[in-house]
Order: sequence, then structure tokens, then C-alpha cells
Amino acid sequence: MSDVAGTVVRTSEPAKLRVRRRVREVYERREVLLNLVRKELKVKYTASVLGAVWSLLNPIVFLAVFTFVVKVTHNSFPHFPIYLLSGLLAWNLFSVSLAGGARSVIDNANLVKKVSFPREVLPLSAVGVALVDFVLQTAVLLLFILASGYGFHLPELAIYPLAFATLLVFTLALTFWLAALNVRYRDIQHLLNIALLVWFWMTPIVYSGFLVKDVLKGRKVLGVSLWGLYLANPLASIAMGFQRALYGVIRPVVGERPVLPDVSLAWLAGVLATVLAASLVFLLYTWRRFFELSGDFAEEL
Amino acid sequence: MRAPALEVADVSKKFRLYRERPTSLKARLLHSRMRAEDFWALRDVSFDIPEGSSLGLIGHNGSGKTTLLKIVAGILRPTSGVVRQRGRLAALLELGAGFHPELTGRENVYLNASFLGLSRRETDAAYEAIVAFAELEDFMDNQVKFYSSGMLVRLGFAVAVHVDPEVLLIDEVLAVGDEAFQAKCLDRIRRFQRDGRTIVLVTHALDTVTKICDRAVMLHHGEVHAAGAPADVVREMRHVLLGTTDPGFVPEEGTRQAEIASVELIWGSGASEIALRRGDPLTIQVDVRTNEPVADLDVDFAILDGATNYPVLDARTSSHGISIDRFDGKKRVRFRIASFPYTPGKYWVTIGLSSQQTGRLYHVQTQRYGFDVVDAVRVQDRVDVPVDVEVEDL
Repeated sequence: MSDVAGTVVRTSEPAKLRVRRRVREVYERREVLLNLVRKELKVKYTASVLGAVWSLLNPIVFLAVFTFVVKVTHNSFPHFPIYLLSGLLAWNLFSVSLAGGARSVIDNANLVKKVSFPREVLPLSAVGVALVDFVLQTAVLLLFILASGYGFHLPELAIYPLAFATLLVFTLALTFWLAALNVRYRDIQHLLNIALLVWFWMTPIVYSGFLVKDVLKGRKVLGVSLWGLYLANPLASIAMGFQRALYGVIRPVVGERPVLPDVSLAWLAGVLATVLAASLVFLLYTWRRFFELSGDFAEEL
Repeated sequence: MRAPALEVADVSKKFRLYRERPTSLKARLLHSRMRAEDFWALRDVSFDIPEGSSLGLIGHNGSGKTTLLKIVAGILRPTSGVVRQRGRLAALLELGAGFHPELTGRENVYLNASFLGLSRRETDAAYEAIVAFAELEDFMDNQVKFYSSGMLVRLGFAVAVHVDPEVLLIDEVLAVGDEAFQAKCLDRIRRFQRDGRTIVLVTHALDTVTKICDRAVMLHHGEVHAAGAPADVVREMRHVLLGTTDPGFVPEEGTRQAEIASVELIWGSGASEIALRRGDPLTIQVDVRTNEPVADLDVDFAILDGATNYPVLDARTSSHGISIDRFDGKKRVRFRIASFPYTPGKYWVTIGLSSQQTGRLYHVQTQRYGFDVVDAVRVQDRVDVPVDVEVEDL
């Protein structure tokens, strides 16, 4: 039995991240991750009357507010709830993960100082909690799409997995980064709130992507296309991916202005694939940073 | 000799102590240079532990025991040196790590067990035994925020002893619970030993080390001060605790179950005399106050030569056949030295309160009190000086 486990060597060198090996180590301690997610959910929803229904409240309130705004400003926005929610749910996964992830190491300072386990588990659990809410909310949205008779648009729906994978990888990458940085510089979490606010409005969620494209197309600042700059925001293409997959049609009502940017599905898939590839590289970088810094977490806290 | 389960080779650990640590980007930008001091918590510590043996790690507060344990557990990184460790390791640095008040006892068992490296299936298998060990059968579905601190500790320890590691690191967690529970924990540790587990035990309870461990290492200011048979190392530890002056030494420590309320050194005709004349009687009067009832108080003093720090005279109540029964309140102890024969100079007095049975320190004031001796004939070495002791209720 004693020979099954190998020898562990600890030195002063910050360990080099070996992805495959590290994934296996984290997987071996998956029980910690699952338990932390369970704990978070449990703590969040015990002693509350509505329980998990709370996770649906945020999108419902958003929906109510922006439906009102759209009505008041006399914008015609066919099937607005489906458009709004398909982008908003993706955004919520992103922003909730980041907010929770940035605090994850600090909030668990006592654990970090007293117990040894792969530190990645902490930001991962923040993403995990957001993911549970996301799944719940998405299930309700899908039910709504079916029940309201809007239905699914088949070729477009195929882009959903790609958009989801891109969102997840990009979210993980940023979450690792913020979690590690926030240990040393605590104002990261305050900066984050402001950054997220700006970022939200830089992303086509409550307004139409077509409108942006219409306004920006052909304009240049210092030789850079503004539309290209807008798309440099990974969340923009990710949101467009989710909207294309669920909202489906670029021009829901013939004769009206389109809602989604009039790009081909293949073009959007290409952009998403590029963002995904870049996000993977980014994830590798931030994971490595996190891994190197995590050796000192117990000291820094 | 079997292969070492754990090898610590030249491990040093430096902490940077920041006077004003910039914890925000703003501070970092405004003050690009930080003031920091280096503090060596460990210096070139080396030892190894053969598989299946038990090592006691002792030393006063701040001597680096916990830092060393954290490095072995992989929580801290050494500044230099290497730790090699074979087999599955579990570190009990804190009982019930990760316990969350909102979760039930059952949920906390699973959470805590996962931190200690148990899988869900393993926890399932051990669950009944854990609950039985903690004697909390009726409370497992209650949130732990309704538990008493004793219940929490029992549950934490119950989980801890049901992890099945090859190497077990224990930091000062045995000193919990009532005596019956402590006995149960010690039993459990002995079973680990019989099963051939390797154990590193950090503790202040010196008698536990002599009772349980095969070997002991004493750390002092981050260096290995003594290593070897537990009895020898413990003796050295007691000597250091009650003996030497050392500017970095923690002058007071102990659990404060009983406290030194005041100490008076009385000689000659009264306060008018500044120094003690050689050969005069000296009385050390110690007032003790308890914070909790104390069953087996042992009061001792040591007088040290101010020039050499060598202890020239010491005595304790127990060695004078005086046993102080369980009491709660105040007591006054007088050590009467008929004639103080030592050479002129400065002398320091260390006072200690400890448990007669376990050796656990309640309160020690190291070289807190001093007096001067003047005049007369020279006595070089320790001599047998009669000491008269009495205790009275206040």
C-alpha cells in the first residue's frame, strides 16, 4: 500500500505547471471541489424561503426592467425576452464567476493557511457555483422558448456548444488571474465591479448587435476598424454566439431592422473559434501564474 | 533501519515582515519601495523519520514548529532545502478545518473529510465510526452553529483520526476536550503507531512526547537545538524554558489556567535595603490566581546568575513534598531561602506554574524579577542550600 503513492519532494523552487499532471491532481481531489460548491449553494439557499428560486430572480428583474425600457423608448424588439436572456445568462455566468473567484482565496484564508489541497479548487468552485445557477436559468429559458412557441432554429443552435466552451474557458482564465492577484492587491475586487459595469455595456446584451455593427461599420480610428475593435471584446462575440444559437434569426420580422448582426454563421463560428484559441492560451498563462503564486498564498494572507 | 518516510534536509524558511505592506494597487503605486525585514523562522533544519516511527516536535512559542509542519504539509514553501516524503500524508493543523456553521454535522463531516483527502466512498465507509467516536449520534442533522465548542472539537477530531494516511502530522490538537476524550485520542494515536503509521506530533504537552514518541526534536529560534530520545530532549526543553536569558525569548507563556498574580522578593529588614547582603535570608513570595480550577498545581522558581545565565538555585513545591489540592481562587506560596550564599552581582528569578501530572505550563515568567547581591566571601559552585516552602490560602 505504501509503495503505491510516490515520493513527494518539496523545494524552494516554485513548481512548474505540468497541465496533464495537475489536472490529474485536481481531479483526485475533486471531492473538495464538489463539497465546496455544495457548501456555497447550501449556505446561499438555506434559511431562505424561496431557495434556489432566487437564482431565477435576477434574470426576471432584468427582463422586467428592460422590457419596460424598450417599451418606453418605442423600440421594436420582437421576442425581446429571448434575445435579452440568451445573452444575459451567459453574462451572468461570466460576472458571477469573476466576482466570486476574485474573493475565493481570501474568503477561504483559513483553509488556505491550514489545509493543503490544490488551490485551483477555490476559483474553480466559484465558477462551479455560477455554473449551477447558469444551468438552472438556462433550463427555464429553454422551457420558455418551447412553451412560448418560439421554438429552436436548428443550424444556429449548433453554435451553442462552441459559444459555451469559449465562455467557459475565457471565464476560467480571468477567474484564475483575478483570484491570484486579489491575494496581494485587495482593491482588485473593487476595480472589478467598475470594470464589469463598463464591460456589460460594451457587450450587446440589452441592445441590438446589428445596431452596433450598423453604426461602427466602415468607421476607423487611427486606421483600426471600430467594428473590429468592438469584436476584440471576447464577451461580444460570445454573447452574439449565444444569441445566434437561441434567438436564431437575424431579422425576426420581415421589413423591420435586423436585431442580430448580419454575419454568416460560419463567420461567427470562425470568430468564436479564434477567441476560444486565444482564451486557451490565456488560460494556460493565467493558470501558470496562479499555480506559481499559489505556493505563497498561505504566507500572503 | 527502515527507509525514512519523511526526510527534512537543510530546510530554512525566511518570512518577510512588512512594516507597511501595500495591500492595494494604490499603495503599491505610491510607494514603490516597501520596507521589509527578514525573519528566519527556520534555519537549516534537518532530520528524518523512519517509516512507522513517531517524532515529537517541541519548542517554545515561535520556535518554528508550526512553520516546519506547514512546509512538510506543502502549505508553505521552504526558502531553501528539501523535504522528501513518501506515502499519503494528512496534516491536522486545525481540527474541523472548513467547518461551516450553516451546514449540518453530517455535511461538515463530508466537507472536512474531503479536505483531509478522503473520497466520498471512504467517508461513507467511515461515517458511522466517526459519529460514534465523536459521541454525537443524535446531533448529526443539526447545523453545527448549534454545537458547543466541545462538540465541535470532538467531531473535528473524530474525522481527523479516521483519515487513513501513511504519514500523519498533528499540530497541538490533542490538547482538546475533557480528559476522557483526550485518553480516547491518545488510544487512537497508539493504534496508528501499532499499524505502522508515521507520526509527527507538535505539542506543548511534554509528557505526551515522552509517553508516545520514539524520538523528539526540539526547535529553538528555528534551529534544531536538541534531538534524540524524548526524555533527554524534554529535559533540555525544560532547562531552556526555565533557564537561560535570551533577548528573543518569549518572557511569558502558558495556558493561563493559573496565573502569577504577583511576586515579591523579601530580604533583610524591609524595603529600605536596596541589595541583598550575601548570606542573608531571602524569601520569594508568589501569589497565584486561578482562571479555572486547577487540580495539580506545581509552583517553581529558578535563580540565575545574571553574568552567566547559569541557574544557581531552584526548587518546586512538588519536590518538597507539598501537593496543592484542587482549588479555585488565590494562593500564596513562599520559598524561604535561609541564607543566600552566592557571590555579589545581579541575579534573575524565573517563576513557573505548571501541572504536576502533565507538565503543561500554566504560566511562566522568565527572568522577570531581579535583585542584587553585595559583599563577602566567594562561593563558586552550586551548593546545597536548604529551602523552606509554605502554602496558605488567601
